[in-house]
Amino acid sequence: MPLKPDPSFYPSPASAIEGPREELAYVVTLNTGTNGDRRPDALTVVDLQEGSATYGTPIGRLDMPNVGDELHHFGWNACSSALCPWAPHPHVERRYLLVPGLRSSRIHVVDVKDDPANPKLVKVVEADELARRTGYSRPHTVHCGPDGLYVSALGAPDGGGPGGVLLLDHDSFDPLGRWEIDRGPQELSYDVWWNIGYDTLLTSEWGTPDMVEDGVNPELLLAGRYGHHLHAWDLRRRRHQQAIDLGPEQQMVLELRPAHDPTRPYGFVGVVISTADLSASVWLWDRVDGEVTAEKVIEIPAEPAETEQLPPALQPFGAVPPLVTDIALSVDDRTLYVSCWGTGELKRFDVSDPRRPRETGSVRLGGIVRRAPHPAAGPVNGGPQMVEVSRDGRRVYLTNSLYASWDAQFYPEGIDGWMVKIDSEPDGGAFEVDPGFYVPYDGERPHQIRLQGGDASSDSYCFPS
Amino acid sequence: MSNDTAWLTLAALGAYHGVNPAMGWLFAVSRGLTERRRRAVWRSLLPIAIGHELSIALVALVVLGLSVAVDPGALHLVAAATLVAFGIFRFVKPHAHPRWTTMRVTDRELTLWSFLMSSAHGAGLMVAPVLIGLQDHLDTAHVAEHQRADLAIVSRLPLPQTGLGIMLHVGVMLLVMGAVAIVVYERVGLEILRRAWINTDHLWAGAFLLAGVVTFLS
Repeated sequence: MPLKPDPSFYPSPASAIEGPREELAYVVTLNTGTNGDRRPDALTVVDLQEGSATYGTPIGRLDMPNVGDELHHFGWNACSSALCPWAPHPHVERRYLLVPGLRSSRIHVVDVKDDPANPKLVKVVEADELARRTGYSRPHTVHCGPDGLYVSALGAPDGGGPGGVLLLDHDSFDPLGRWEIDRGPQELSYDVWWNIGYDTLLTSEWGTPDMVEDGVNPELLLAGRYGHHLHAWDLRRRRHQQAIDLGPEQQMVLELRPAHDPTRPYGFVGVVISTADLSASVWLWDRVDGEVTAEKVIEIPAEPAETEQLPPALQPFGAVPPLVTDIALSVDDRTLYVSCWGTGELKRFDVSDPRRPRETGSVRLGGIVRRAPHPAAGPVNGGPQMVEVSRDGRRVYLTNSLYASWDAQFYPEGIDGWMVKIDSEPDGGAFEVDPGFYVPYDGERPHQIRLQGGDASSDSYCFPS
Repeated sequence: MSNDTAWLTLAALGAYHGVNPAMGWLFAVSRGLTERRRRAVWRSLLPIAIGHELSIALVALVVLGLSVAVDPGALHLVAAATLVAFGIFRFVKPHAHPRWTTMRVTDRELTLWSFLMSSAHGAGLMVAPVLIGLQDHLDTAHVAEHQRADLAIVSRLPLPQTGLGIMLHVGVMLLVMGAVAIVVYERVGLEILRRAWINTDHLWAGAFLLAGVVTFLS
């Protein structure tokens, strides 16, 4: 047992920003068998230590025990929320990564303490155990909460709804059960996070496993059947409070990025596509007189394109949708990064006034039509997708794959995996691709990135800066 | 246990609970930081102290009740067994704590929180052997004066001493807790947590085992 708190636990966002620079990135990759060889998905380790001989290259890898997990999002067993005043346990360690398979519903527990570059698998929670104890399947987001691990799940074991949130014990990682006591009208699920200082939990909506696993279903999409709500919950009483309808044309409400400062009651959530005009958007949720409200603060239009440039799924529309599939908020809550996976762009916004975001930079990489080049690799495919920001906000890491069956619809030639780094100077300064950082993933598709010691989407803080 | 040792132990335990961030000053500081005013720190201390006191009073009541109902030998045995069992529990499950996920609390909720935390931590339980020690001391002092059995029973109910003991414990805790909270809030800041929050889980669990053994032997 450690004698002092884990050095990667920070009481406030400001304290986290002052912490040391990240030295490793953990990146999950999906093996789709496009290289003719169906192998397990893996957790890979990329060296980020400045001056290291292996900087910017993969130095470690843990293959999962089975084939076909579809590793997607993952998270730490413990983070800065361990310092929260109501039930602090500062001497647990940030040492395990919980890595769910979004298709297999297995949850892998990986130990990175003894040899951080060579993760070890220590436990697997199997799909049937998860289903038996929680009623849920297709685990997605993992967040270290103050009293356990919160995991969102897309649906029920039979592929239908409802999806929801389950709890894992933070010592044994055994599933404890479903989190909701009263789910109200909520049926669809995707992401989960909270405004911890306001005892409010938020969930977003994608679709049930049946609605997403075979690819985006145009009929469901045009009928407005994918998720278009944001849900607010009482974190303490585990009860549904509000369903906020963003409008039936706002399809697929995905990544939730609450402000890190616990005194700020707001956050941002991305919407993949509007069926009205193929635009994508980012919404601000805020708390006004005790009610959670949401308003669109960023809209990104579709880009016109020739039919022959488009994959079959998009040909009827004559345009490329931006497809905002991930967003990231810097730890100081001042900068928002928005991934446009369809048009191949990463946009940067100054959100110090959250109601009036100001675009302060853009980087083009890949894209369905554009195939914008990377300085180290020439034209690339896929586009900025999962985006992760360093604690100090100066480095942004990107990968380019979304979800196997959806990749195939938007990038039918297959995705050549990559991870890149963008340098982002504060206060609207330079925003440029690092020409020396390009990690190719041959025959594999990288998805979420976690930075050693925490990043902008891994930790909750109970104390203001 | 002599009187002086008992008072000293109660005061020392109070100081330990006062310093321990998990027992309340951290919550007080967080309320101050959230509301951005020092008054919120001060105002949190009283509910925390009341919750702590309630947790201890509960154990004290049980000890007093048992001291009337059973003979001293049985009381020592029950107390020793409870202390050892709790010590083992804290060794096996050092992270066990009541479920609580709320930052925004009223004074009443803060009192409840403090009661739950103090109880789970074993704050009251740790005070029990000291109270029993106080009582033993009284028993021997009074035996000569009160030969008659009914009087002996009355004298074995050391209410004033128990009350004073708890007041002393909570008073010292409040003093230390207030001092730490305000120094952290005004001067040092919460970075101190990262450097100075020493892990006393095993030490605390060990103290229960020790207290159990001492209670058994005395």
